[in-house]
Amino acid sequence: MKLIILENYSQASEWAAKYIRNRIVQFGPGPGRFFTLGLPTGLPRDHPESYHSFMWNNFFKHIDISAENVHILDGNAPDLQAECDAFEEKIKAAGGIELFVGGIGPDGHIAFNEPGSSLVSRTRVKTLAMDTILANARFFDGDLSKVPTMALTVGVGTVMDAREVMILITGAHKAFALYKAIEDGVNHMWTVSAFQQHPNTVFVCDEDATLELKVKTVKYFKGLMLVHNKLVEPLYSMKEMGAERSQSKKPYSD
Amino acid sequence: MPSNKSVSDAPIVQFTNCRILRDHRLQREDLWVREGKILNPEKLFFDEKGSADVQLDCKDSIIAPGFIDVQINGGFGVDFSLATDDFKSGIDLVSQKILSHGVTSFCPTLVTSPPSVYHQILPQISVRNGGAHGAGILGAHLEGPFISKEKKGAHPEHCLRTFEAGAFQDLLATYGSLDCVQIVTLAPEMRRSSEVIQELTKRGICVSLGHSVANLSQAEEAVQHGATFITHLFNAMLPFHHRDPGIVGLLTSDKIPAGRRVFYGMISDGIHTNPAALRIAHRAHPKGLVLVTDAIAGMGLAPGRHTLGQQVVEIDGLNTYIAGTKTLSGSVATMDTCVRHFQEATGCSVETALEAASLHPAQLLGIEHKKGTLNYDSDADFLMLNDNLYVQATYIAGEEVWRQDAAGM
Repeated sequence: MKLIILENYSQASEWAAKYIRNRIVQFGPGPGRFFTLGLPTGLPRDHPESYHSFMWNNFFKHIDISAENVHILDGNAPDLQAECDAFEEKIKAAGGIELFVGGIGPDGHIAFNEPGSSLVSRTRVKTLAMDTILANARFFDGDLSKVPTMALTVGVGTVMDAREVMILITGAHKAFALYKAIEDGVNHMWTVSAFQQHPNTVFVCDEDATLELKVKTVKYFKGLMLVHNKLVEPLYSMKEMGAERSQSKKPYSD
Repeated sequence: MPSNKSVSDAPIVQFTNCRILRDHRLQREDLWVREGKILNPEKLFFDEKGSADVQLDCKDSIIAPGFIDVQINGGFGVDFSLATDDFKSGIDLVSQKILSHGVTSFCPTLVTSPPSVYHQILPQISVRNGGAHGAGILGAHLEGPFISKEKKGAHPEHCLRTFEAGAFQDLLATYGSLDCVQIVTLAPEMRRSSEVIQELTKRGICVSLGHSVANLSQAEEAVQHGATFITHLFNAMLPFHHRDPGIVGLLTSDKIPAGRRVFYGMISDGIHTNPAALRIAHRAHPKGLVLVTDAIAGMGLAPGRHTLGQQVVEIDGLNTYIAGTKTLSGSVATMDTCVRHFQEATGCSVETALEAASLHPAQLLGIEHKKGTLNYDSDADFLMLNDNLYVQATYIAGEEVWRQDAAGM
C-alpha cells in the first residue's frame, strides 16, 4: 500500500488527479486499447441528483469521452440481477479495470459494500445501511422517505480484480474508518480492509483523515512523500507520451 | 459521434469557451444547439449516445438570449405608422437592421392613427419567425388611439377616440383586424374600458396602460380585468404623488391578482427618464422591468426631421421632439444602448440588465417557454456579447445572422 498524506482536501484532490492523469498517459490508450477507469455507483437514474447527472456535471461534460464508452449500472433495468451480471461481463470484455478510484464511508465501506458484505462479492443489488441512507438524505431535501434503500453496486471482489485501486479519504469523520482499513486486520465489517490483500493500492488522504492512525504510521509515510511525489512530477501529457514512456519506471514497488 | 439517426439527422453545434445566462446567473457552461433549439447535452449523451458535430470557440464571450423589443415605431427612415406602397420592404429593412442591436424578436408599434391607416397597414404585418432576413415579428403593438387627450404626448389629437359608442366593437372597427396584434395600449380611465380590456385579454392580446390620467384605483381595476403592462412608465401619465401614486403605484400595489405580475416598459436612453427615477422603479419592482426602445424612424439615421405617423419630429443627438416643441416623441436609442445605459444607471448585475431585455418581455407576452431564455428546448435565439455588453454576434434558430466586423466599431 502507498499512503499519500496531503495537507487538505484540495491538495489531496489535486494529487489524486495528477496521479490518474499520469497513469492514463503512461498506459498509452488508443483505438482498441482502452484505459478502463472504475468508479463506484450510486443513486437511481431518474432523480435530478442521479448518478448520471452527477457524473455528467462533474466529469463527462468536461472531457471528450464517447458515450458508448461509458457504462453506468442502470437502477431502472427490468431485471436487476441480469443488469449486474451483464456489467461484470462488460468489465471482462473491456479487458478488466485498469484503475479503480473510490472513497470510503464512515463505516469503512467501499462502493455500497456495507459492513457484512462478502469480501469476494460481485456486482449485485444491495440494501443500504441506515448510515448511508442518512448520508444520502442531503440529495433528497433531507426527506428520508425519498432516499432509495437499495442500490446496484460493484462488489468487493469486483474491485479486487482491478489492476490498481486508489481510495480517496478526506475529513476527520473518516479517520476511524481509515484506521480500521489499514492498521487493523482484514474484516468484512470494514470492507475497505480487503485491499490489504491487493498488490497495488494507493490511499490518498488529508491530515484530518489520519487522526486515528499511529504517529509511527503517519511519520513513516510522510517520510516517503519525496519518493511518492515522483509519481505526479513530472506531469506527463499525451503529446510527449511516446518519448517519455520508454523512460518512465515506477520509483519502487510495494 | 453525431446525432443518433433514430432521433435526428440534424447537425449538433456546441458553443464552448463562453459564459451563458441561465437560471438568472452567468455560468461557465457550453451551449448546445440542434434544429434551431437549445439542446440538453446530458440527455444527448446518455439517451442518444451523441456528441457534437461542430464545436465553436466563443473566446470567452457572454451568451445571452436575444433581445425582445415590444415597443418600436420604426427606424432607418421607416415609419410603421405610415401607409406606404412599400410598407413590407420597410418592415423587412428594420427587422434586418436591428439584428445588429441584438434584437431577435420585436413588436412593430403603430402610434395613434386614423382608421384608414390601420386598415391599410395591419393586414401587411404578419407574425413570422426570424432568420437571416431579420428579427422575428411577434405581432403589432397598437399604441392608441384610445388614449387620454391630456396625455397624448406626440400622438395627434384629431385621431384620438373613446369607447363611448360601441366599446369593443368600436375598437374592432377602428383597427379592422386583430389577427396579428400582440399588445394594445389604452387609457383605463375611459368609460367602458373594462369590457374592452376583458375582451382583448380573452383573445390573448396583452393590454397595456399608458397615455393616461388614471389614478391608482382605476389602474388597479384595469389590472384586475386583465391588463398586464404599463407603456413607458413615468412618461405620458400622472406623476407619482404620495397620496395618489397613479399608474406608477401599480409597481407596489397590493391589489394585483395572485399569480400575476405587472410589467412596465422603460425607455432607458438617459433622456426619457432621469436615472434616479429609473433606479426607484427598478428597486421597487425589479422583476417587472421591461426595456423598450420606443425607437422612431430617425433611429439609425443622421439628425434632422423625420415623420412619426401624422407628426413631424426633429432629432438632435439622442433627443427627439415634435418639431418646434419640447414634447418628447419616441427615441433614437438602440436596444443594446438601452441595456448598457440601464446597467450603468442602476449598477445592477449584467444578468439583471440582460434579463430586462429578454426574459421579462418574454414573460410579459407569455412566451418564455420558447423565447427569452437559454433553457433546453427553447428557440436558439441568442447573442454573443463582450464584457461591456456590446453585441458581437446575433444568432436566430441557431444560425448566425449578424456578426460584428473585426474592422468595424
